[in-house]
Amino acid sequence: MGIRRGHRAHPGEWLAEKFIFLVSLTAILMVFLIFAFVTREALPLITGEVSSAAVQPVIPVADMDKIPAEKLRIYLELTPSQFATMDHDTKKLLMETKVEGAQDAPDNKDAKINTIEWRYLLFPYQWSGYDKPVYIWQPVSEIKKYNIIPIVIGSIKTTLIALFFAVPLALGAAIYVSQLASPKLKEYIKPAIEMLSGIPSVVAGFFALIFMATVLQKVFGYESRLNAFVAGIALGFAIIPVVFSIAEDALTSVPRNFTQAALALGASRWQAAWQVVLPAALPGVFAAIVLGFGRAIGETMIVLMASGNASIMSGNIFDSARTITATIAAELAEAVFGGDHYRILFLIGALLFLVTFLTNMAGELVMHRLKGKLEGKK
Amino acid sequence: MNPVNTIDFRTKKFRAGSFFFTGLTGLATVLILAILATILTDVVYNGWGTLSWHFVSTIPKKDFFDSKTTGVLPMIIGTASRVFVMTLFVLPIGVITAIYLTEYAPNTSIITRIIRAAVNNLAGVPSIVFGLFGLGFFVNFVGKNLDVLFHHPTAVWGQPAIIWASLTLAVMTMPVVIVATEEALKAVPQGLREASLALGGTKLQTIIKIVLPQALPGILTGGILAVSRAAGEVAPILFTGVAYYMASLPQHLTDQFMDLGYHVFVLSTQSPNIQQTEPILYATVLVLLILTFALNLVAIFIRSNMRRKMRSLH
Repeated sequence: MGIRRGHRAHPGEWLAEKFIFLVSLTAILMVFLIFAFVTREALPLITGEVSSAAVQPVIPVADMDKIPAEKLRIYLELTPSQFATMDHDTKKLLMETKVEGAQDAPDNKDAKINTIEWRYLLFPYQWSGYDKPVYIWQPVSEIKKYNIIPIVIGSIKTTLIALFFAVPLALGAAIYVSQLASPKLKEYIKPAIEMLSGIPSVVAGFFALIFMATVLQKVFGYESRLNAFVAGIALGFAIIPVVFSIAEDALTSVPRNFTQAALALGASRWQAAWQVVLPAALPGVFAAIVLGFGRAIGETMIVLMASGNASIMSGNIFDSARTITATIAAELAEAVFGGDHYRILFLIGALLFLVTFLTNMAGELVMHRLKGKLEGKK
Repeated sequence: MNPVNTIDFRTKKFRAGSFFFTGLTGLATVLILAILATILTDVVYNGWGTLSWHFVSTIPKKDFFDSKTTGVLPMIIGTASRVFVMTLFVLPIGVITAIYLTEYAPNTSIITRIIRAAVNNLAGVPSIVFGLFGLGFFVNFVGKNLDVLFHHPTAVWGQPAIIWASLTLAVMTMPVVIVATEEALKAVPQGLREASLALGGTKLQTIIKIVLPQALPGILTGGILAVSRAAGEVAPILFTGVAYYMASLPQHLTDQFMDLGYHVFVLSTQSPNIQQTEPILYATVLVLLILTFALNLVAIFIRSNMRRKMRSLH
């Protein structure tokens, strides 16, 4: 599309064209900035510059002049400008307080551990007081434990429940609307289903919390009222419109003559839909599920309100769960600016961005190829 | 019309499978519509009784859980202003990007494909990541540097505020505006452009005087959809500007604000007595839904009108 005819090259015209081009680069810039600034806050953690250990190794005051200035500055927790303006005796005084401080430190063998090293973030560890190695997310305690596995499991659990609930419904509706419904009916059903995407996620979360949790508990009789199951179903509401519209789009883009040929050969309408149209559009259906997954794992308010938010390792869908998104939403306001907890939350945010970035790329690529193929371009 | 749609079922051999399959997919459709209907009915049924002029026009005291004295005026104003400021940023950028993509960009060039990929990706970024981005970029980077630039002794720009929440939402809703505008521009018949060019109009003149007026309803739809999407979002504003409680209405772009969606979250999770809060909670949700749904309905209406018109033009 667009204008193909030539036109007189006008200086104003040329300038406007360049301006339009520059503005259109905003989208690229924004994706880049999102990636850069979310990882920027998490960077000191990734490079291992900081330590969360409650007790730092103590440097004897006598060694003060032997260690490099930069190392001394970090040890004394000073900013470069503070460090530069401070005289030698003040620094020495600080060194002495450090040594004294170390003596009153908590008497816990875990206090020396730098809990933000990768191995503590990803693998189980036997903390003192535990009889076996465990995965624990416990950012507010004497020894701060940041193992992200429980919340990753929580995210995956709720997302899978949402997919198991939403995908069959959305696909069924997509097949019905695109293949079986009369055009008149289609004109009413399609906007109605799309209206579901107009429900704000905080409203879906509210509905799950106030209404659905009680109803589902009565039906299934499980123990904790808010759990991964309730959150998953409510999350399903949010991804039904996503899966539906992409799948419907893919099914509709299968050329009409596929269906007509099948019907001419004596197939019924559902045989044509099931055996001809659906296989042809299968990559699109796959893309719909992938994009639905990306949407579900990134959804915040619903899981924050309906999942119960307990970070426990459990395979039971009726247990409470804490997701990555809910963890960020609930904890960032309380985390100390620039502290370890703050950085960890940005780190899992960056992780989330990466996951959705990849699912998006995959989904778009599949849809692009499918359409190219169906339109006979390749 | 299309022969597929005019095939008479009764002349086909009746098959049990056909009946079953159509029934099953039809059932899925009905179930989805039933979910929508249940949510709407529940909210309207329980919220209607509490909704009153007093409720939407009152600035609540600190204890906004009290159903007699509470109101949602500051939340409505907060949500409206953050969405309004967002529109000022997202509409020009989104529309110009769409103009570039449909009118200027060579379809096959690498840069066009990267822009499209970026737009698609932006649409899929989780809303909480936008919140992190808003805090990390707008508040902590742009805001803090503005404070340094203007020598503010205390943080004026470098703290959560309406402006940062709006900018964060503008980034988030950019794809909505771009996609809708593109669709609207593509619906303008090519003949109109050619006629304008044949009469000696330049490309830019053609776009401004012929194409854009024709595409205006579609562009408006995009704007409305972006507004309705942004109005209901809570996660992106959590760290970029929303306040739990404010005694007065926001006056400046650098003020924090109360927000309808966030208020729904607060009422449903922080209430000391949920039974007592429930009526005002439902009423608040109803206000939020009326705002977002009214906007959505308008957008759907304009869009279906546009599609009908487009079909008749081609």
